[in-house]
Amino acid sequence: MLRRVRTIAAAALLALAAGTGAHSGARAQEPIHEPIRIGFGMALTGALAGAGKAALIAIEIWAEETNAAGGLLGRPVELVYYDDQTNPSKVPGIYTKLINVDRVDLIVSGYGSTTIAPAIPIAMNYDMTFMSLFGLATNEEFQYDRYFQILPAGEEPRLNWSRGFFEIAAALDPKPRRVALVGADAEFPRNAMIGARINAEAAGLEVVYDRSYPSNTVDFTPVIQAIRAAEPDIVYVASYPPDSAGIVRTVNEIGIEGVALFGGGMVGLQYASLMEALGPQLNGIVNYDFWVPEPTLQFPGIEAFLEKYQARAADAGVDPLGYYLPPFAYAYMQILGAAVEAVGGLDQAALADRIRAAEFDTIVGKIRFGRNGEWKRSRVLMVQFQGIADNRLETFERAGTRVVLHPPEWRSGAPIAPFAAAR
Amino acid sequence: MAGLLGDALVSGALLGGFYAAVTIGLTLAFGYLNIVNIAHPAFIVLGSYLVFACNAAWGLDPLLAGVALMPVFFLLGALVYSVYNWSFERREDESLRGLAFFFGLMFIVEVALILVFGVDYRLVNAPWIGETLTVGPAALPLRMALPFCVSAALALCIWLFLSRTFPGRAIRAVAQDATALRLAGADPVSVRRLAFGIGVASAGLAGALLIVIGPVEPAMGRLYIGRVFAIVVLGGMGSLGGTLVAALLLGMVESVTAALAGPSWAPAVAFGFLLFALAARPAGLFGR
Repeated sequence: MLRRVRTIAAAALLALAAGTGAHSGARAQEPIHEPIRIGFGMALTGALAGAGKAALIAIEIWAEETNAAGGLLGRPVELVYYDDQTNPSKVPGIYTKLINVDRVDLIVSGYGSTTIAPAIPIAMNYDMTFMSLFGLATNEEFQYDRYFQILPAGEEPRLNWSRGFFEIAAALDPKPRRVALVGADAEFPRNAMIGARINAEAAGLEVVYDRSYPSNTVDFTPVIQAIRAAEPDIVYVASYPPDSAGIVRTVNEIGIEGVALFGGGMVGLQYASLMEALGPQLNGIVNYDFWVPEPTLQFPGIEAFLEKYQARAADAGVDPLGYYLPPFAYAYMQILGAAVEAVGGLDQAALADRIRAAEFDTIVGKIRFGRNGEWKRSRVLMVQFQGIADNRLETFERAGTRVVLHPPEWRSGAPIAPFAAAR
Repeated sequence: MAGLLGDALVSGALLGGFYAAVTIGLTLAFGYLNIVNIAHPAFIVLGSYLVFACNAAWGLDPLLAGVALMPVFFLLGALVYSVYNWSFERREDESLRGLAFFFGLMFIVEVALILVFGVDYRLVNAPWIGETLTVGPAALPLRMALPFCVSAALALCIWLFLSRTFPGRAIRAVAQDATALRLAGADPVSVRRLAFGIGVASAGLAGALLIVIGPVEPAMGRLYIGRVFAIVVLGGMGSLGGTLVAALLLGMVESVTAALAGPSWAPAVAFGFLLFALAARPAGLFGR
């Protein structure tokens, strides 16, 4: 199902509504510019639809703002997108159609590793510059030089994903010696677990439990019981949203004694719906994140963006806070737009050269790309849930509930350890 | 090791209880009526979302909400069966087109949930979710133990209904010989509608158990399609007792494997067990 966002009409309506009829009147006398068409697939149904729809809102906000400001190169922006249904097998067909049938000028990825990986060969085949949204180490196998990733995982994404977790653990007193590793049997957790194993070995930790679980696991009680029996000092978890909720609840129900640090790579604990439902059960968990409302992370434009996003999120039935993915979905479009303006055209090689060489000011901070199209420097945050006393959404809008522990330059508080002390 | 095995058996039994609840309705439809209701897990997810709505709007306990929704789901099931019967069954065209009908129904339910509730994950809260009951050496999380109890009560009620009441015995009769039932003066279509309605009503309650155990999203039902049909087949198609035993066995095999050999082995061992059991008893554990 093709949906086209006719942002030209929207921009004209906005201009009229704002009382700028003279401007739109003048526009009517000018030759109509062909829009710059940006194509992508996005998970609007299926397991990743919650994140995909939230990302789409952010992209639409960027397109509307860009058109209201005169478009790119004086041409309006038009978004052309399809629902990839969170189904990797649909992705190659979608991008082939976008390029050959819809004749889009630019392409960007949908959300998540599982749908980004199958799009890369298509982008490579047509030499398209490819901005990518939250794929962990997806370019490691392809090494495509026109690929750029907005996920702030740095040039060694697999290692950086859990590096902060293990560095926090190493600084604890007493120093942990035994680690348990557990992750879902899927693309992202597999990559996260590879990095965690290397980091654990580098830290001199003994791996006492290292298992994956199938993605349709209903009950995590036996998993946590087995981890408990292995008596680890720290537990690294790489999980998807329903599993993350199940694991948090199970740990809360049956306990996990003697553990100093728990968490690491749990997807879903950044989503407002799960945070609201789990509330105080989250206390003590140290987990990755990319942006939280801490004083050290207040970048220009982020507040205005979140205000716009939150106004639309409730109607769309997506994450009402939008801290995790939407700012980065807006930022990857910001970078693409800035590159088009700087290059003064749509030449794919020139765009890739520009994105590779320049530093970009975005609502998630300054971004410079390095090897393999990843961020030059990692900014995977490790945050700890602290002092959560209720299940209200507003609690998570406050600074101090997700304290940044790592990297040091963004730190906003100190870790509470062992795990039980924060609960 | 013995402690870990004991814990795994207990948690496996609780998980099996939940599996039984999500499968009982399908046993009625597939086992007794020979209707391949592939939309059964979608009805369960629909139940989860309605329970979520009741919980969010009025703070209603999720299990009570599930029980309260059963009559609504019964009517929904009766309506779905009437459409199915009118469109396919009476024309004896139900085998392949009926399957397509339930596939379509599954997608309609999913899309309707997306349109109404959005695609975000939904959970419910109740004072007892997160609490644990300790019985001797066993820790029983109420999030798993109460669904087990509800499931057992549901199975008992349906068993009593099927074995002690006239309409229940008629359902068992229609499963064996609809023509004989017609000769006895009963209308097989009404009996089948009743049975299908009860099956969908049980899906409404199972939806409450599903959202108590973990977060749900509209497409989650697809994860359960293979598992619920496997349990019905393993139990012996039209056997309620067989379904219960199969669900408990599958839960315990999964749980023990996850605890002792690693969770990634759990589905392989569970379905290996299914194949082995069917090789030994092709009609299922309690099939005739």
